Formats: sequence, structure tokens, C-alpha cells
Amino acid sequence: MAYTKRVDGRKIDELRPMDAKVGVIPNADGSAYFKMGNTIAYAAVYGPRELFPKFLQDPKKGVIRCHYSMMPFSGSGERIRPGGNRRSQEISMVMNNALEPVIDLSAFPNAVVDIFVDLPQTDAGTRCAAISAVAMALAHAGIPMKDMISSVAMGEVDGTVVADLNYDEESYPAIVSDIPIAMTHNTKEITLLQMDGEISKPQLMKALEMAKLATEKVYALQKKALLEKFAKE
Amino acid sequence: MSNILIQERSIVIPGETLAEGMDYLPGDNTYREDDKIYSKILGLANISGRVIRITPLGGPYVPKIGDKIIAKVTDITMSGWRAETNTAYMAMLNVKDATSRFIKKEEDLSQIIAISDYIIVMIINVTSQNLIDLTMREPGLHKITGGRVIKINCQKVPRVIGKQASMINMIKEKTGCEITVGQNGLIWIKGTPEGELNAEKAVKLIEEKSHLEGLTDKVQKFLEALA
Repeated sequence: MAYTKRVDGRKIDELRPMDAKVGVIPNADGSAYFKMGNTIAYAAVYGPRELFPKFLQDPKKGVIRCHYSMMPFSGSGERIRPGGNRRSQEISMVMNNALEPVIDLSAFPNAVVDIFVDLPQTDAGTRCAAISAVAMALAHAGIPMKDMISSVAMGEVDGTVVADLNYDEESYPAIVSDIPIAMTHNTKEITLLQMDGEISKPQLMKALEMAKLATEKVYALQKKALLEKFAKE
Repeated sequence: MSNILIQERSIVIPGETLAEGMDYLPGDNTYREDDKIYSKILGLANISGRVIRITPLGGPYVPKIGDKIIAKVTDITMSGWRAETNTAYMAMLNVKDATSRFIKKEEDLSQIIAISDYIIVMIINVTSQNLIDLTMREPGLHKITGGRVIKINCQKVPRVIGKQASMINMIKEKTGCEITVGQNGLIWIKGTPEGELNAEKAVKLIEEKSHLEGLTDKVQKFLEALA
């Protein structure tokens, strides 16, 4: 039986209800909040500031350093040990790689921009929500960027390509693939592409085409949230 | 065929297309790719003639030669002082640029400026790696004694000063405080305890509402309500 009706009744290309806000952490140089269904991400940006330890410094340009972390109470009832683990280390690394192509820190040699993402509540698609939140926080912090980054997960559940999987779909008892994608807005270049599970080549190409429209929706919300922060009274 | 896609003083986000065609030129915080001009930063669009510029709404302080800033001394070296400037980079104040008096080789530099003192200084040189040289041998530059130093975003400094220093003069007058604004976002306020507090509140109000018009009147009403 094919997967025709989604677990939560959405259309196949419909994203979960989203919400975004900029400037949620007053002490940070830039901050943002991004909610996608039951996944919530808070991002805070500090810097450019002096980078220690010194051997990490790059005399040609500034570097970015992402820190991803899920809060202990964020999961589905199991306590998550605070602090880093292998999973969060990897996600921090892929977030760095996803954001680096658009950030221009050539004016800040030897400096660092620290990015912290915390997720108080998670329901699949955490790295996507995190990247979308960070892009807003970086813009809010006044970091020069060539483009915005918007991110969303695509996937195939039992033969049907769907957008923005939630946890129930990710754990659906059939062949499921989960493909987090991050894209730039203007050129639609892919800066993040990972996959769990299996998918055929034509279906993957279809998922990538759908991702263009899905990230566009995320971009529209990011833009709205950024403009709202500075709207006239 | 060229056309501009944004309005004067509208807010743009990074990556937003500002203009199409080769008739316009990319100014500060913008870049050209093929025949389009894109924004590089979150800010206000500014079109002057054929040049499109973006004035940032936030972001880090970029040191410039000739800027008067407030710095905090963090270290004393053989030849001078090292200071923190609210950037990612260290600044040096050489002994010869600190005072016009002759300083003997064995003299204790901490007697002149101690660690953790704040100083009002001017930038005389910035290298490609953003290392900063400072001077204190200009009128109005000195070590800070008393009062308080507060920090705001450096992009709001022009609003705090106002046109022909109207805003800052009004705050000085209403609160009776001596105020010095550093281009790097550090502000020194000295006066009576109540005056200092009110001046600080007024500056924070300006920082919060800096993108609005008619700010001087708002701040004036705010200060009159406090007094």
C-alpha cells in the first residue's frame, strides 16, 4: 500500500507550521528563533571576536564556529545528556560547512564568529531548523553574507516523496529516506545534503526539485521575520 | 535596460537583489554578480546617483584612521600599553603617543595608565590585519577618571550624537552630565548619580529606537518625564 495520506494530514509538499523571530537574546550580537512544527531552535551569534586557541586563527579571513546542542528535556521522554556527543559534533560540522559558502569574513582576519544553537524541543528536522535560525541570527548580527540560507528536510516515505518529515514519518514502518537540504536563495546552490535510508535516483531528483519550492517558503518567513524586527512603529 | 528594485531607505536583507542591469554601481556592502547587484548585509538602502549603498543596521565596529574611541587598557609592555577596543583586535598605545612629557627608561608605566583604566584615544594607524595604533596626544584625549562607561552597538553612534551633535547636547543639558561618545560604541558618562542614570537610560532608549524618525523629540520628552 502506498503512502497517500500523511501521518499528520498534510499535503505531500506542505511544510509544518513555521514561526520565526529575530532578536530574542538581548546579550548576543545577533539572535533568532525558528520553529517548524514541534521542532524549536534558538540561535545566538557572538562576534567577530578574538579567536582562542591561537592555532585555529586564519590570518586571511575570519572563521565561524557552530555549536549545536539539544536540551536535556527536548526529546521524546528520554533525557539527553548535556554537552557534546558524536552526533552533535557532526551536526555542528555540517552546519559550519552549510553556512561557510555564503559568509564573507575577509574583513576580519584572525577573528571568529561563534554560533550557538540550542533546541528546547525536537521532532525531526533539527539541523534544518537550526540552519534556518542561524542564517537569520547572522544577518541580525550584521555579518556580511552573500546570500541567505534556508533549509528543509525532504524524504521518501513508502514510495512517496514528501517535504519536511516529522518524527512519526521518519520512523514509519516501511522504506523511509530522510534528506536534509540547505540551499542559497538566489542561485539555489546546495550547501547541505545528507541522507538516511534509501531512495532511487529519479525520486531523489524529484525531492531536490521539491526542495527548491520548500526552501523558498522558509526564505519568505526568514525575510518577513528580519523585516519585522526593524519595522516602523 | 536597467531598473532598480528597491526604494530609498527601505530595509534589505543579505542576498536581496537591489538592481538589474549595468547602469547602477555597487557601493558599500553590496556586490555585483553578472548584471545584478545584491546586498551583502542587513541594512538600509541608500541610492545616490548611480551608486547603491547599504547602511548596516547592526554589526561589528570596523576601526578607521582618525576615529576617536574609548578603549580599556589590558596589558603593559616594554614600549607602551595594550588596549581592548570592542573589536576582535588588540590596539597599541606607544609611550611616545601617550604623553608629551619625557618618560625615563626605568619609569613605571602603570603610574601613568594602569591596567583596566579606560582611555579616550584616537586611531592613527590600522594595518591590513586590523592591528591598531592609538594616540593620546590630541586635544580632548585623556585617561578617564570617575563616571561610568556603557556599551552600545557602534552602528547607533551617529544617532546618539545626532545632527550637529543635537541629540548628545540635549542629553548633556538635561542631565548635567559630561558625555563622551567613542566611535566604537563605548560611551563615558560623568555627572551626579541621578544624572548619570538618566543619561544612561536615554542612550539605551536611542539604541533601541534608532531606526525611527523624530527621535530627538521622543528623547526630550523621556528626559523631561524623568526630571
